[in-house]
Amino acid sequence: MTADWVSGYGLQLLWGVVTTLSVTLMALIIGTVFGISLGAVKIYGAKPFRYSAEVYTALVRGVPDLIIIYLIYFGGTVALTKLTGRYVDINGFAAGVASLAFIFAAYASDIFRGAIKQVPRGQFDAAHALGLSRRAAFLRIILPQAWRLALPGFGNLAIILIKQTSLISVIGLEELLRASSVISGATRQPFLVYSVTAILYLIMTSFASWGFRHARIWSNRGFA
Amino acid sequence: MLEFSIMADALPSLLKGAGLTGRLAVLILLLGMTIAVPLAYARNAQSIWLHGPAKIYILVVRGVPSLLQVFIVYYGLGQLSFVRSSVLWPVLRDPFWCVIIALGLNSAAYTAEIVAGALRMVPKGLLEASQALGLSWFQTQRKVAIPLAVRAALPAYESEIILTIKATSLASTITLLDLTGAARLEVSNTFAPYEVFLTAGAIYFCITTSLSWLLRRFEERLSTDHRTGERSAKKLQPVLPALTNH
Repeated sequence: MTADWVSGYGLQLLWGVVTTLSVTLMALIIGTVFGISLGAVKIYGAKPFRYSAEVYTALVRGVPDLIIIYLIYFGGTVALTKLTGRYVDINGFAAGVASLAFIFAAYASDIFRGAIKQVPRGQFDAAHALGLSRRAAFLRIILPQAWRLALPGFGNLAIILIKQTSLISVIGLEELLRASSVISGATRQPFLVYSVTAILYLIMTSFASWGFRHARIWSNRGFA
Repeated sequence: MLEFSIMADALPSLLKGAGLTGRLAVLILLLGMTIAVPLAYARNAQSIWLHGPAKIYILVVRGVPSLLQVFIVYYGLGQLSFVRSSVLWPVLRDPFWCVIIALGLNSAAYTAEIVAGALRMVPKGLLEASQALGLSWFQTQRKVAIPLAVRAALPAYESEIILTIKATSLASTITLLDLTGAARLEVSNTFAPYEVFLTAGAIYFCITTSLSWLLRRFEERLSTDHRTGERSAKKLQPVLPALTNH
């Protein structure tokens, strides 16, 4: 039994952890880029774009994550099958990353919007006066200052994201939760397996919150 | 491209699912609040024997995915023989109660954090004044601290309510036919994921949006913040001259 755990099941769980972390990281990167853009659109965008961004956020906030994941996974399969004319099976990893990034971006956009708005307007004008283009001013002057202000909310969202990856198990991607479901089926010891899984998730989320706490302290150096 | 007939056909069973979603959400929130209030007091307590366990409970529950918590209660507890032989087994075998227990315990941790924060915001001087006036600890909490804490907690609790409604969709993973579960069943019958999931999403959106609008109204009524008063006065302005003309 112990040997089984170390050789087979332990490795399977560890692989689940790796998959969970890679999904988290991919969704975090894509979601952050998308979220910053959405946040910028909400502040600087023309009215129709601004309203679309608001509607997008409201929709994601009002609908369960599972529905969004199903919609992208099954809906994407049907759409691609119709487009290409033959059955296409969407990659669970891609569908998972896409749906989590969509969800993350909606919540992140509000955090970045708040942070960008907190950066004094004069910074933008000063950058403009120095001859920087609007894009350069945003990327080089506003954004670096907004990051510090966005960090607490961003950290919370990132930790939620780690937990949200468990939802992708419903579309069959073998991340940590799916791996532990498979193992508990094989060993008939669901309580033990799920408890170990809970500890693994707890380690990941605690480590992330520790990391973000230090990042926050580091980013606040030099500020009162 | 969308076939509206499929949407219309799916609607009755989806609405039936929405009924279960609503029942689940109400029971989860009730269980969560019942546990959260003592948990919040324990968390704010001086004694480490009270705030230690409370903080660990909150940390663990908030650090683990809620879907895993549902699985632990539904699949995991059955492994333990003392659970299977207990009088509670008929309850713990039922997916309906499993979801309520798992998500109720989950919501309790989040709600406790909200309530504890709100209780800490009550000015200390007020509590000391009530004690000086001869109110017992219980009376102080009931007549002074809790009414103030409710107002402070409401905005955060409002989003906890919405998050709980969304979290009930996890019930679909353990065979329950809530709104999400009903949608999955419809999809496997019709092979029309777009139509069905979009309809289900629209129903969820209507529920959460109208509820959060209602809760904000309620919050504004309770609020003693003068700024909201100004805002509602401004909203009334165009109406007021008309009223005085009568």
